[in-house]
Amino acid sequence: MKVLVPVKRVIDYNVKVRVKTDQTGVDFANVKMSMNPFDEIAVEEAIRLKEKGKASEVIAVSIGPREASETIRTALAMGADRGILVKTEGEVEPLAVAKILKAICDEEKPRLVITGKQAIDDDAGQTGQMLAALLGWPQGTFAHKLELDENTARIEREIDGGLQTVEVRLPAVMTTDLRLNEPRYASLPGIMKAKKKPIAEKTPADYGVDATPRLKVLKVSEPPKRQAGVKVKTVVELLDKLKNEAGVLG
Amino acid sequence: MTTLVVAEHDNKSLKDATAKMVTAALQLGAPVHLLVAGHDCSGAADAASRLKGVETVLVADDPLYEHILAETMAALILSLADKYDAVLAPATTGGKNYLPRVAAMLDVPQISEILKVVAPDTFERPIYAGSAVQTVQAPPGKKVITVRATAFKAAETGGAALTVGIAAGPDPGLSSFVGEELSKSERPELTSAKIVVSGGRGMQSSDSFQLLERIADRLHAAVGASRAAVDAGFVPNDYQVGQTGKVVAPELYIAVGISGAIQHLAGMKDSKVIAAINKDEEAPIFQIADYGLVADLFKAIPEMEEELKKRGY
Ligand SMILES: Cc1cc2nc3c(=O)[nH]c(=O)nc-3n(C[C@H](O)[C@H](O)[C@H](O)COP(=O)(O)OP(=O)(O)OC[C@H]3O[C@@H](n4cnc5c(N)ncnc54)[C@H](O)[C@@H]3O)c2cc1C
Ligand SMILES: Nc1ncnc2c1ncn2[C@@H]1O[C@H](COP(=O)(O)O)[C@@H](O)[C@H]1O
Repeated sequence: MKVLVPVKRVIDYNVKVRVKTDQTGVDFANVKMSMNPFDEIAVEEAIRLKEKGKASEVIAVSIGPREASETIRTALAMGADRGILVKTEGEVEPLAVAKILKAICDEEKPRLVITGKQAIDDDAGQTGQMLAALLGWPQGTFAHKLELDENTARIEREIDGGLQTVEVRLPAVMTTDLRLNEPRYASLPGIMKAKKKPIAEKTPADYGVDATPRLKVLKVSEPPKRQAGVKVKTVVELLDKLKNEAGVLG
Repeated sequence: MTTLVVAEHDNKSLKDATAKMVTAALQLGAPVHLLVAGHDCSGAADAASRLKGVETVLVADDPLYEHILAETMAALILSLADKYDAVLAPATTGGKNYLPRVAAMLDVPQISEILKVVAPDTFERPIYAGSAVQTVQAPPGKKVITVRATAFKAAETGGAALTVGIAAGPDPGLSSFVGEELSKSERPELTSAKIVVSGGRGMQSSDSFQLLERIADRLHAAVGASRAAVDAGFVPNDYQVGQTGKVVAPELYIAVGISGAIQHLAGMKDSKVIAAINKDEEAPIFQIADYGLVADLFKAIPEMEEELKKRGY
């Protein structure tokens, strides 16, 4: 079966993100970009399925600027087979991403799509679920563990109260949580091989999707800042302050 | 028209997030209906009808909703959506699971995890792990929104809403519940506790987390953790506080052996008072802590337990 993995190019999670002074957005100048960490986990899971003989082909898709081809290249270097870059300018909302992915699924007919549970830039957490709905497929979100058969996937999910297991019919969409696996680093031979793997270039129009944002961002501002408080010397002083000064110890 | 709020509950009672979402919903300026979907859920439905400001409680009491699956829940909400201008669900693993399906089928962009209602069509929400706050305006038409409960006060009780039984929605038959392993604890829930004591990688083992648990028990606190502590297997996944875990805003948050990465701060920096214990005086957590103690936690925590005992906690 084919497995499709959407990968998003985002500001690296180690970068301290700064808001632009004119409040139009965050500063991208000279900022390191990487694959969304949850998508690395998705790529890893897909490659493991291929290594186990359960997946026949792993396709990495990114929707974004020309540079998003680097993100696809990373997925190819990890072991994905080919890529699709859907070139866009500016922000693309999860609903539009889901519509583009739906059109790609209609064409490619994967049995499983693995997305991240959340992109760490917009923190939306919507795309996988939206895609599943548009396709009329079931979903297994926040996946902790996957067992895949011919026709079903059994997915253990990280939920607020603990862990939950669901069984979904294939084709399905799964979204990754942090503990699904530990993504590998691309090896040197992997990186060399990736250079020869094909990346098809498309536009949203090729899929009949209007990717114009529907939400209007009025401004992007800095959150209220917390000031550092005082250092205490002992546990006794800490408890005294919490009780008498802060009044939070009851 | 009207706003529909999807209640979160355990059939017997409402989760805290429900009353808080009602406050957010009332700020949209339209009448508020609550949807309670569950099985043998009259307890939760009764509690829902007592929330002030709620006009009607719709109760879908059916075995189909014994365990909430995204596919069935989205189908139920969609079957009701015609009558509503806005649908709100909590930004919990429940709401995050089913609500985007609803938004996609209605062809509207979802607004995730709102912190504030600026106007009935304009909201604040965090991006980049809370490093920035986005103010977004929704287009005309239906609104589909998840709510960060800690950002809103709970609606009061003492209301008397009309309760209406409704039929179950369709069953798409795509998925089924197999089982769950829920963390059992006598302690308060992480997201509603007044005090949270959290441990990080510095705790070194699940055994030493018991030190924290003993302190938590004396303070009637919940226990949380950083991602590193969860990844290392010291505690279960549902303890994780942060950008991609739970968001908490207790009266007091005590961070022990946690460095203070932005992804962790995203889940706790709205706590009223923050105390931190860390042996590294340069740890970033001290930049936001109201009270910082530079100490070895393996000395400080047993000492704290002794001291709390002495003081009668
Ligand atoms: C996609 C993504 C999502 C993430 N989501 C989250 C999230 O939701 N929540 C989260 O917490 N993290 C999250 N992280 C991880 C985050 O970046 C940090 O790696 C993590 O928070 C670090 O945990 P820590 O502070 O426990 O560990 P460390 O950073 O290793 O810090 C351990 C601290 O313990 C102190 N210490 C050690 N021994 C002692 C001792 N004996 N006494 C006192 N102090 C001691 C050290 O000085 C140090 O400051 C995420 C990361 C990514 C990439
Ligand atoms: N522009 C994009 N290109 C490729 N994949 C994306 C894109 N946006 C979102 N995704 C996928 O959807 C997941 C969730 O994103 P979001 O709904 O934006 O939080 C990500 O982890 C990706 O797997």
